[in-house]
Amino acid sequence: MVIGILALQGNVREHMANLNRHNVQGHPVRLPGDLAGIEGVILPGGESTAMRNLVSSSGLKEPVGDLIRQGLPVWGTCAGVVLLGRGGIWPFVDIRVERNAYGSQIFSRLVHARSALSETPTPMVFIRSPRIVSAGREVEVLAEVEGDIVAVRQGNILLTTFHPELVDHSPFTASFIDMVRVRSACSDETPAPGHCPKETGRAV
Amino acid sequence: MSDIRERIIVNRGLAQMLKGGVIMDVTTADQARIAEDSGAVAVMALERVPADIRAQGGVARMSDPAVIRAIQEAVTIPVMAKVRIGHLVEAKVLQALKIDYIDESEVLTPADESNHIDKHDFEVPFVSGCRDLGEAARRIGEGASMIRTKGEAGTGNVVEAVRHMRTLMGQIRMLLSMREDEVPGFAREIAAPFEVLADIRKSGALPVVNFAAGGIATPADAALMMQLGADGVFVGSGIFKSGDPARRAKAIVEAVAHCEDPAWIARVSEGLGEAMSGLDVRTMPEEERLAVRGR
Repeated sequence: MVIGILALQGNVREHMANLNRHNVQGHPVRLPGDLAGIEGVILPGGESTAMRNLVSSSGLKEPVGDLIRQGLPVWGTCAGVVLLGRGGIWPFVDIRVERNAYGSQIFSRLVHARSALSETPTPMVFIRSPRIVSAGREVEVLAEVEGDIVAVRQGNILLTTFHPELVDHSPFTASFIDMVRVRSACSDETPAPGHCPKETGRAV
Repeated sequence: MSDIRERIIVNRGLAQMLKGGVIMDVTTADQARIAEDSGAVAVMALERVPADIRAQGGVARMSDPAVIRAIQEAVTIPVMAKVRIGHLVEAKVLQALKIDYIDESEVLTPADESNHIDKHDFEVPFVSGCRDLGEAARRIGEGASMIRTKGEAGTGNVVEAVRHMRTLMGQIRMLLSMREDEVPGFAREIAAPFEVLADIRKSGALPVVNFAAGGIATPADAALMMQLGADGVFVGSGIFKSGDPARRAKAIVEAVAHCEDPAWIARVSEGLGEAMSGLDVRTMPEEERLAVRGR
């Protein structure tokens, strides 16, 4: 299994190491040619304006958009949430996002909170993170912290406003790898009946 | 005060998010907005850029809080600001202003010629300059969450940044390949805290992000520093002392993201207009060199 990581700016190396810890190979994506053969893609944390400019100038906006529309599993962390929410460069998830909503670095923190993915609390590292202000009906909320939505899933897209790649074990990493595994199994010649998700990303 | 280990994760973590990016010196809210629109990952809020500090002389201090506040209000990207080496009160003032990162910088006139700030004593993260592994390790030992080369700021001449990056990366390679029983002697030789070196050997890399700074003026300069091992670059006087700041800023951002692609760098370098005029570091008297401040 090969998962692409948008490698124009941001927390690329840590996502690569995180995939390797799970015995999955990561592949840096800088230009359209790097998309060949990837079975999922991660949009890492970083600065969303920088990333947005670089995505456009690198010619990645259209081809990545097409792949998402065709159902390629996508995981956006932190800045990646901004790129995939309403008003983002790939506005496939029906959420409203406020950038850097918690203020300066002094308010960045690590919290342990419950999520729909695990019985035990999950460590969540928030670094000048965006806030998901509201979510549409098609959006499944996976975790909330103090009343704020911090993780969602809509079809083939997983979003976390925090950084699972900065901790050793996160159920969110495992969940995304699982999404990629299921999709890859379903793209095979003879998919197992009843196990393939029908939803694909749709612009809102 | 939050748990210290958690603080280290989030403070080193912010620098990790800046990797592959360009941090730009700005002196006004307008410049800060130009920097943000051009794709800067953070800005350094200053009253004067290093080239002007150099030209005007006198004691260079922390910027007026009004300048810093105006820049904080203008952008959503992280805002950094500089304090004098050893000036812990200037640092407390910046923390009170809720600055995102403090640069304990040799570009300002040192307040203490023997001691650096105890950076463990702050919730806000610090970036520190270095010329070699010993200096980097001392700063990390004092609690820096990010390091950068010193280079020679305000010269538009990349030669010192190259020297510092090559020295640092070369010494790391040496450290990683030496026998266990050679590490204590090496630590004494470069005056580095042993624990920091042990940590580097265990993980195979510096525990914090390492940017290049000091004299970077062109897209090719920035790409050069990336190829030598920088995680990103600071551009000080190089942008707003040039002919067309917005275009040069965008071009440097692109060159960092595509640093291994010479054709890409060629394209973004076309017709950028005048780069800042440079200074020859070799003919510069010792007392005008900023990099020798703070060891």
